[in-house]
Amino acid sequence: MNLDFSTLAGAQDFLWQGFKYSLSLTVSSMVIGIFFGTLLAMARLSSIKPLQLAAAGYVNLFRSVPLVLVIFWFYILVPLLTGVDVGAERSAYLTFAIFEAAYYCEIVRAGIQSIPRGQIAAGQAMGFTYGQNMRYVILPQAFRNVVPLLLTQTIVLFQDTSLVYVVGATDLLGAADKVAHRDGTLVEMYILVALLYFCISFALSQAVKRLHARIAIVR
Amino acid sequence: MSQYQWNWSVVLEQVSGTEEFYYQWLLSGLGWTITTALSAWVVALVVGSMIGVLRTVPSRWVAGLATAYVELFRNIPLIVQMFLWYFVLPELVPHTTGIWMKQSMPLPEFTTAVVALGFFTSARVAEQVRTGILALPRGQKSAGLALGFTLGQTYRYVLLPMAYRIVIPPLTSEFMNIFKNSAVALAIGLTELTFQMRQITGEYSPANPIEVMTVVSAMYLLVAFSVNRIMALIERKTRVPGYISGGH
Repeated sequence: MNLDFSTLAGAQDFLWQGFKYSLSLTVSSMVIGIFFGTLLAMARLSSIKPLQLAAAGYVNLFRSVPLVLVIFWFYILVPLLTGVDVGAERSAYLTFAIFEAAYYCEIVRAGIQSIPRGQIAAGQAMGFTYGQNMRYVILPQAFRNVVPLLLTQTIVLFQDTSLVYVVGATDLLGAADKVAHRDGTLVEMYILVALLYFCISFALSQAVKRLHARIAIVR
Repeated sequence: MSQYQWNWSVVLEQVSGTEEFYYQWLLSGLGWTITTALSAWVVALVVGSMIGVLRTVPSRWVAGLATAYVELFRNIPLIVQMFLWYFVLPELVPHTTGIWMKQSMPLPEFTTAVVALGFFTSARVAEQVRTGILALPRGQKSAGLALGFTLGQTYRYVLLPMAYRIVIPPLTSEFMNIFKNSAVALAIGLTELTFQMRQITGEYSPANPIEVMTVVSAMYLLVAFSVNRIMALIERKTRVPGYISGGH
């Protein structure tokens, strides 16, 4: 078996483009996912029953079906509902934000639940409103407790963005796949993307481990 | 959207030009999803338990290798691992083996999916098994050894029976994940449930996509719910009285 990486030089730009898409999909889904996930977590923990049930239904629904299926859902539904053909790349932004929110929600919820009840009571005794209490007392501590989990979930998310391949989007894997089929270098390209994903994910997970050790609160 | 023609009986209709019905496609897809997931789960449990145990043995060398295994399988996306097993491995093994894998291996998509999904999940199972073993008091291992058990026997009769019970909840979610992750195998052509859904909503587009997708999602929800209940039952049955929420 001879590996031939000579065609790689010509493919660099295209692969870089794919990689940039993977990154931007990861970052945007993380930001929107955490924001929306936090709202969902607050809804799940609220005392208003219908709100609680709706949030729980949302989270359980998305956590029970495969991401690939949800990618198809939005790929087919968005053009059908809006009448605009947005394409695989753009529909994926919506898919991942909505899907990941369910996973981030559960992490944030665990974070909020790790805060002693007395903290909430203390905030209320200080005259804070619900919003102020969340903003200044509960959420800062909750996030601090779960930052490593949120980041680990983001590494999983980064790897999962490769699934947009199934609707033909040009992410890192999609770009490599297109180059591979054009040049007949399937073996080289797949090994290359595997290496890239491995190096990035491994480096990030080691960094998260180190961060975890540093910010852990000694109780 | 206003002109969308709802037709909930679409899955009961016959596929035009064939003797088959859409619901038969979906049921066959569901069958492949379940078969693939269960087979891969066997691989994941066996390999994952071995690696998890190896990560806790005294030998630094062995533990290091096991850690490397876990990192390797955890840091490459599943779909890329599927492609590596399916397209790359046959080119890297000796020529005749490669030819066999490509031409005469029985059920190539299914076999590859089981191997890829099994090994992918084994790294996660290994982490859980390791956590379970490390959660036990250190005295348990010493007690086993003091009774004259070999290290192997200590693991088999003292540590693992408790460790598995401790990690049943996280294993449950891994077990549920394997059913969801089996959908990734559509990328190498396994005709599982999501593959069939794409087939019906895409190339054979007369079938109404929203109804078909809803039915398929409901099937996945049903699978997830059943798995969850079965694992809860196992957890109840294997409880040790007076230990780890054993109660009674």
